[in-house]
Amino acid sequence: MEITVLLFASVAEAAGARRLQLPIEHGDTVATVRDRLLAERPALARFAPNLLYALDEEYVDTAAPVHAGATLALIPPVSGG
Amino acid sequence: MLIRVTEEVLRPEEATAAVESPGAGAIGLFLGVVRDNNKGRRVAYLEYDAYPSMAEKVMREIAEEARDRFGLIDCAVLHRTGRLEIGETSLLIAVSCGHRAASFEGGHWLVDEIKKRVPVWKKEVWEDGEEWIEGPESLGMQAPASMR
Repeated sequence: MEITVLLFASVAEAAGARRLQLPIEHGDTVATVRDRLLAERPALARFAPNLLYALDEEYVDTAAPVHAGATLALIPPVSGG
Repeated sequence: MLIRVTEEVLRPEEATAAVESPGAGAIGLFLGVVRDNNKGRRVAYLEYDAYPSMAEKVMREIAEEARDRFGLIDCAVLHRTGRLEIGETSLLIAVSCGHRAASFEGGHWLVDEIKKRVPVWKKEVWEDGEEWIEGPESLGMQAPASMR
């Protein structure tokens, strides 16, 4: 079971990647996936306080369950306009 | 409704044409343009990143909400991405409505909401450095704890 993680802007630059495939386990939520990702990539930890999460293009609470094949986007504070 | 995230140059006449209607007594047009300075620093150019499919989805949700809230006949919302030079248009909004008040109020509300929650980011590039901007009005700066 895997999900796709999308990274943008400052977070993508710090990670050196815009797209990752991550294995998931039964019972995973946005928060558990995020915690594992930050443990693997400490360079991303400084962004965590202001990150939001979108699951399949919808902002979600971090308690939201993730399912195989989902797309999870890490959304730093937006600055469009 | 014309909703688009694109690397192409934004053309105001396309947005106004898209919202024209025989019932419209006013069309409001807003252009967000690239300024040559920010917080006392000289800006060379801006680089915009986006999550295009989600950005278009959220822009459409905001446009539909604006239509219902302000009684707009139609709206067009376009955001450009990639490298933008000073003076170029990054955000283009057109709204049509029966009377003028809703064109100003609806347009103003649309810009505010776009800055809150559409997944688009700008990087300021200066002569001697660069920085990704975190919008002070963005949802990311004020979201509830359940989203952290």
